[in-house]
Amino acid sequence: MQNPLKDEPLRLGEIELGSRLLVGTGKYKDFDETARALELSGTEMVTVAIRRVNLDASKGPSLFDVIDRDRYHILPNTAGCFDAASAIRTAELARDLLGTTLVKLEVLGDEKTLLPDPVGTLEATKELVSQGFDVLVYTSDDPRMCVRLAELGVRSVMPAGSPIGSGQGILNTNALRIILELVEGCPVIVDAGVGTASDVSIAMELGAEGVLLNSGIALAEEPLRMAHAMRLACEAGRHAHLAGRIPRRLYANASSPMQGRIAGAAPEPAGIAGE
Amino acid sequence: MQIRLNGTVIEVEDGTTVAVLVALRGLAAEQVAVEVNERLVARDRRAKQALADGDRVELVTLVGGG
Repeated sequence: MQNPLKDEPLRLGEIELGSRLLVGTGKYKDFDETARALELSGTEMVTVAIRRVNLDASKGPSLFDVIDRDRYHILPNTAGCFDAASAIRTAELARDLLGTTLVKLEVLGDEKTLLPDPVGTLEATKELVSQGFDVLVYTSDDPRMCVRLAELGVRSVMPAGSPIGSGQGILNTNALRIILELVEGCPVIVDAGVGTASDVSIAMELGAEGVLLNSGIALAEEPLRMAHAMRLACEAGRHAHLAGRIPRRLYANASSPMQGRIAGAAPEPAGIAGE
Repeated sequence: MQIRLNGTVIEVEDGTTVAVLVALRGLAAEQVAVEVNERLVARDRRAKQALADGDRVELVTLVGGG
C-alpha cells in the first residue's frame, strides 16, 4: 500500500530538503537558544547575515560554532543592502566565507518599511545568476515581479507575506494564489511577516513550497515552544495542501445521516407549529 | 602607512599582506572574508596581496540574521 503521507523533498537546485521550513538565526537571546530553536524547528536550512567583524570584542563563541554544517545548509543573506552593488558584494563575500553559492538576495528600498526595491532586485538577480550563484530572491508579493524573477533562473522566488518582522502574516492571500499559479520553474517560498503558526499553515495550505521565518520564533515569549509550533504548522499546512481541502459552502452539509432519526427529532415544517 | 579597517583608520607596517592583517587581529582565517577597496580578496589570494597606503579594508563574518 502506498504511504498516505508520502511527500517530495523541497528542491533548491541540487539541494533537497526534508523540512520545508527555513529559519533565521537573528534576534535570539543567545547562541544556546539559537541552537535549540533551530533543532526544535526541524529546519535543514538556516539564514545568516554578513557583517563587519567586531574588532573590539573579546573572543567568544561564534555563530560558526552553533551551526553544524553536516546538519544545516547555510543560506547567507544580503539583508541591509539598499542597492544592487552592495548586495552583489555581500554575496561575493559570503561565497568566499562559506564556500557556498547559495544566497538569499535582499535589495531593500528604505529602512522604515524594508520593502524590496524591485529595480535593484532585478539588477542584482541578473548579475548573481550570471556569476553562478544559486539565488533565492526576496521580493514583494507582486505576481508579475515574481514571474520575471523566476524567468531569470533563480532557485526560488520568495514573496513577502507582509513586511519583515511585522508579524502581520499573509496579508494578500489572493496575490499569493496568483503567484503560485503563475510562477514556473522554481519553488515559491513565503518569506517574511510570519507572526504565528497559523500564518505558516495558511501559506503552506495555499501551496507555497516552503516558508522562511525568523522573528516569529525568536521574539515569541517562548521561542523554543514556538519553534516546535512552527514545525507542526508547516507540516500540517503541507499535508492539508496535498490532501486537498473541501470547497467552501454557504450552507451546512450534515456529517450525520438525516435518515433514520427518531420521531420528533426533525424540525416541524413551517406553518404546522401552533395549529 | 595607514589603512582604513572596518571604517577606522589604523597604522600598519609597509608591505603587510591581507593574510598578515587577519592574523594580527587574532582572527581565525576561515571565519572571515575580506574586501579591499570594495573588491573581494579571495581566500587563496590573501597571502599574496599586500596592502597599500589608504586602502579601505572590510573584514566580515557571520552574524545572526533572517
